Amino acid sequence: MLTYIARRLLISIPTLIFISLVIFLLLNLAPNDPMAQVPLTVPPEVKQKMREALGLGQPLYVQFLKWLIQLFWIEPQVFIDYMFNTSFSEGKLRVISWQTRSPVMDIIVQRMPQTLWVVGMSYVVGILIAIPIGIYSAYKQYSVFDQVGTFVTMIGYSVPPFFTGVFVIVIFSVQLGWLPSIYDTTHTVVDWETFKIQLKQMVMPVMVLALQTTAMINRFMRATMLDNLNQDYVRTARAKGLSEWTVVMIHVLRNSMIPVITVIALNVPAIFGGAIITEQVFKVNGIGQQLIGAIYANDLPTVQTITFMFAVLIVLFNLLADIIYGILDPRIRYD
Amino acid sequence: MTDNLNITAKPRSKIKDVWDQFKSHKGALLGAIIFFSIVLLVMVGPFIWPFDANQIDIRSRNQGPSLLHPFGTDQLGRDTLARMMAGGRTSIAVGLAAMALSLFFGSFIGVTAGFYKRLDGVLMRFTDLFLSLPLLPLLLVMMLLFREPLSEAYGPERGMFVLIVVSIGITSWMPTARIVRADVLALKEREFVLAAKASGTSDTLIILRHIMPNVLSPIMVSATLGIANGIITESALSFLGLGFPPDFPTWGRLLNDAVDYLQQFPERVFWPGLAISLTVLSINYLGDGLRDALDPRMRKR
Amino acid sequence: MRIKSLFVGLAAALIATASFAGRGSDGNVSIIYWQAPSILNPYLSGGTKDIESSSMIIEPLARYNETGALVPFLAEEIPTVANGGVSADLKSITWKLKSGLKWSDGSAVTSADVKFTGEYCMDPDGGCAQLEKFDGVTDIATPDDRTIVVSFSASKPNPYGPFVGGQTPILQKKQFANCMGAKAPNCTAENFGPIGTGPFVVTEFKPNDVIQMKANDNYRDPSKPAFATVTFKGGGDATAAGRSVLETGEFDYAWNLQLAPEVIANMEKAGKGVAIAGFGPLVERLEMNMTDPSPSLDADTRSTRKAPHPFLTDINVRKALSMAIDRPLLVEIGYGKAGDVTCDLVPAPDLYAAKNTHCLKQDIAGANALLEKAGWKKGSDGIRAKDGVKLSILYQTSTNAVRQDFQALIKEWWQQIGVETELRNLNASVFFGGDPGSPDTYQKFYADVEMYANTFDGTDPQAYLSAYRCGNEPKPESQWQGANINRYCDPAYDALLDKLSATGDLKKRGEIGIQLNNMLTKDSYTIVPLVHRGRVSAHAKSLGGVVLNTWDSELWNVADWYRIK
Repeated sequence: MLTYIARRLLISIPTLIFISLVIFLLLNLAPNDPMAQVPLTVPPEVKQKMREALGLGQPLYVQFLKWLIQLFWIEPQVFIDYMFNTSFSEGKLRVISWQTRSPVMDIIVQRMPQTLWVVGMSYVVGILIAIPIGIYSAYKQYSVFDQVGTFVTMIGYSVPPFFTGVFVIVIFSVQLGWLPSIYDTTHTVVDWETFKIQLKQMVMPVMVLALQTTAMINRFMRATMLDNLNQDYVRTARAKGLSEWTVVMIHVLRNSMIPVITVIALNVPAIFGGAIITEQVFKVNGIGQQLIGAIYANDLPTVQTITFMFAVLIVLFNLLADIIYGILDPRIRYD
Repeated sequence: MTDNLNITAKPRSKIKDVWDQFKSHKGALLGAIIFFSIVLLVMVGPFIWPFDANQIDIRSRNQGPSLLHPFGTDQLGRDTLARMMAGGRTSIAVGLAAMALSLFFGSFIGVTAGFYKRLDGVLMRFTDLFLSLPLLPLLLVMMLLFREPLSEAYGPERGMFVLIVVSIGITSWMPTARIVRADVLALKEREFVLAAKASGTSDTLIILRHIMPNVLSPIMVSATLGIANGIITESALSFLGLGFPPDFPTWGRLLNDAVDYLQQFPERVFWPGLAISLTVLSINYLGDGLRDALDPRMRKR
Repeated sequence: MRIKSLFVGLAAALIATASFAGRGSDGNVSIIYWQAPSILNPYLSGGTKDIESSSMIIEPLARYNETGALVPFLAEEIPTVANGGVSADLKSITWKLKSGLKWSDGSAVTSADVKFTGEYCMDPDGGCAQLEKFDGVTDIATPDDRTIVVSFSASKPNPYGPFVGGQTPILQKKQFANCMGAKAPNCTAENFGPIGTGPFVVTEFKPNDVIQMKANDNYRDPSKPAFATVTFKGGGDATAAGRSVLETGEFDYAWNLQLAPEVIANMEKAGKGVAIAGFGPLVERLEMNMTDPSPSLDADTRSTRKAPHPFLTDINVRKALSMAIDRPLLVEIGYGKAGDVTCDLVPAPDLYAAKNTHCLKQDIAGANALLEKAGWKKGSDGIRAKDGVKLSILYQTSTNAVRQDFQALIKEWWQQIGVETELRNLNASVFFGGDPGSPDTYQKFYADVEMYANTFDGTDPQAYLSAYRCGNEPKPESQWQGANINRYCDPAYDALLDKLSATGDLKKRGEIGIQLNNMLTKDSYTIVPLVHRGRVSAHAKSLGGVVLNTWDSELWNVADWYRIK
């Protein structure tokens, strides 16, 4: 097992570099222009000068190598400096965003808390709702509970968040006036009162996001539970006189978790980049919002850095999922 | 676990068996009826309905539901029912085609990676690559490279259709691939697969006969979610200016355009929202019924 | 509502420590821009959001007011030829700073800061976004601490380019001295928190999200600003911004609400705020491609002057296309009180506005007759053709709800005069981007007709009109850069442009400007103006002192804002 993990981690280094190269080429090929958001009143010659100042005139391989060195050599130094108060990185050029002319990493760090709080929380909430409902729906297939659960989750999945988000805002902010429509990112929690405010402003974005997660995981949970409930081993276990609880919650559930774990692991990286529309609707300044803004402005260093981090998370969580398969089902071997 | 089952005494033909089982599933039957009525309505409707989806009548704009316009009219006086029917054609076609494409890619790669250990590493790293590609720049590049050749080959609308279906298809197969692979990994260590292998059955036959039927339920779930995903992604593409020409209605676009008018004209959001949900729900039940009907274990009980 | 109550305690604390009566007495004001500021240094970003947010912190020598007239800010008065501030040959302008001006850190503002600002922008490695404002500047001299003399290489009829308006505010030399040229992007702290003379200073800046500011203790008017703190939120969409001011009352001021008129009207019904409109020279127009965009041509010929357009070169076709359009209806549907019908490329200021009225009434019958007379006959499919050339148009614009409604309407009208239209909408960041490799930029113009809006800074349209000079068109040799979008070329127009740049007398400049405007619109129909677009913003009913200004930053007079009690 350990050698398998070590080998996978080693392979992931060239994989990641290859992925980042593909992303880099893709971004360069895309017909975007960092000057698109500069007003039309700025003459073309000035825009050309601005492009050159960003380093756009350099050959592609120079741009890519520069980014690689900045990310893998200079940024870790900055991190060490920050941790131990040293000064390795002084005067060295970090990965600089074209939009804000400031280090990309600083903005990512600044946005991490909102992302984790709102998007991460909604993911946990979604999973916690989806799994029990999925299990019970499968156990009582075609019961009223199952039908209602299916109905609600499918509607939740088929109505996009740009609609659900606005819909809950109109009801809870405009009509009832209970909750704020715009997420206040400057708010800090210091006591019970401020915690309540924080809770209030998180309710809507978390629920809108959780709706999607719930629907997806619930469907997979129910489907694989159904598959397993019909297997021979279930009948055997029941025949042996095991309690219904043990049969369902230990044997069936364990065997049903494999596809569900895949879906969960697959979507963890998406937390950091996927909640774009919801972040936009509620003005939560997460990393997703940063990414989409950077893509619109063709801010290559930012897009490249965020998508790279995204790739790292994908590779890591896929490895994690593979390891969990082995634990859930010892017959799956990796050597 | 034993309620509403069709217990049969006599041996019957397989197709009849499947049909009987399907029939007994009320939800599935209802789903099938609703889905086929929607399809019929959007296929035949535009030929019967007197209004054209793009016919502007500025004097009767922003009207509520009436006998002349049962679903009301939009801000340019276009008939909403006509637009719903025209939009449904595109949306259902895009949703189904994109779903089929992504299922094909996903299952193929998933099964291959799960079954052949040699290919697993390469294929999964390939999947990782696609998972980490930022969607929007990828679509922009695809539009840049393929829009003109495709519209020359198939005409602007059909060319766009192919391009949209392919772009949704190739950007959404990854979850299916990973889920199917995970299931296959577990399946191929099961006794019946090992037995088939030991008895010298060819790999293709094992995959078709023993593996595929057993990974059907995650594939079915992916399929239902995939249709909703296709319809919604299409609307996001139009919203970004990467989709169909602007005078080409789709459900997603209608929903998108109507969100701003949520408070004044809630019915404008309601119709496309209902249509998308109904389609997805009916396909979901249809899929449930089909899976049960195809599963011999369900029939045996 | 909750957010506001949060600040009450904070505001109370600040009132107690305010050094002057009046300053900081009204607590917090919250502003929302649906485009988020990413930097507070307008020299490194041309974006409106960045220019306007930084205008609360750093200020120019003079600004334009809501009527487009110059008002002194850091300068004592506006230099003119009459008061001797502008030399008779129009080659130099002398500014004098107000006395006793202080930066927010307490140090004195001197002419050296102004000179430095000019050098900062004109540094060849800096990539300054406002370089055009310093066009022709040969020298910036500082005879004493309060006097600045800007010299130009040739006579400048409009010498109010440098240090005027929100685009070119004064930076502090001490702060930015190490940020010249290539070092500009290293100065994150400086770019995110410039020291200024404006009514507010930055306390925290989260790029692309939120700015928090507090009143400047050293502001020149001791009783201003009335607000102690500012929350400047950015991001989202226009609907949400409008809603937060007009419906939920969470914010006090929302910028540029590009929404359908009925949506805004409905939001106003909630009674929390009011929408206000103002007009600058922004015009939504159709540009007629004078060159052939056919995909069958090779890349060096397509949409260049080498290949004239097969039918848009016929003035009758262009005129008929314009006649078929019902402009009042477009305004009613798309802009409401934020728009006005226009037939002019330069609809404002008054001096340069031709105020043509020939296009205001739709005339489908007339357009049909005109095409018929010119030999364009309807075929069996209802599409007009002549000598085998069909009137079939590809009509492109950027993706935006109002523009797509316009496309649908105009397509319908053109169909009524026997013109077939294919519509295309493109992602704004591609359409307005200048990537020479993309076929979809507005400069490349691989379509017959395209629609967008453009304007000019300040009140002088000379540079704007010069865009349509022959040879200034985007072409392969210029990497598809250039501002003559429709590839217009008329020697008489160029000669008149030269005359304009040599004329100093305002009245005569106005006459020439009107003539140039008419050559492009009324006489040739190469530009078909549709709507004179204003800007709609909204403020809470409890916010006083707002004067909407479309000639400069909307927040130009934020020092005068106060809370109505």
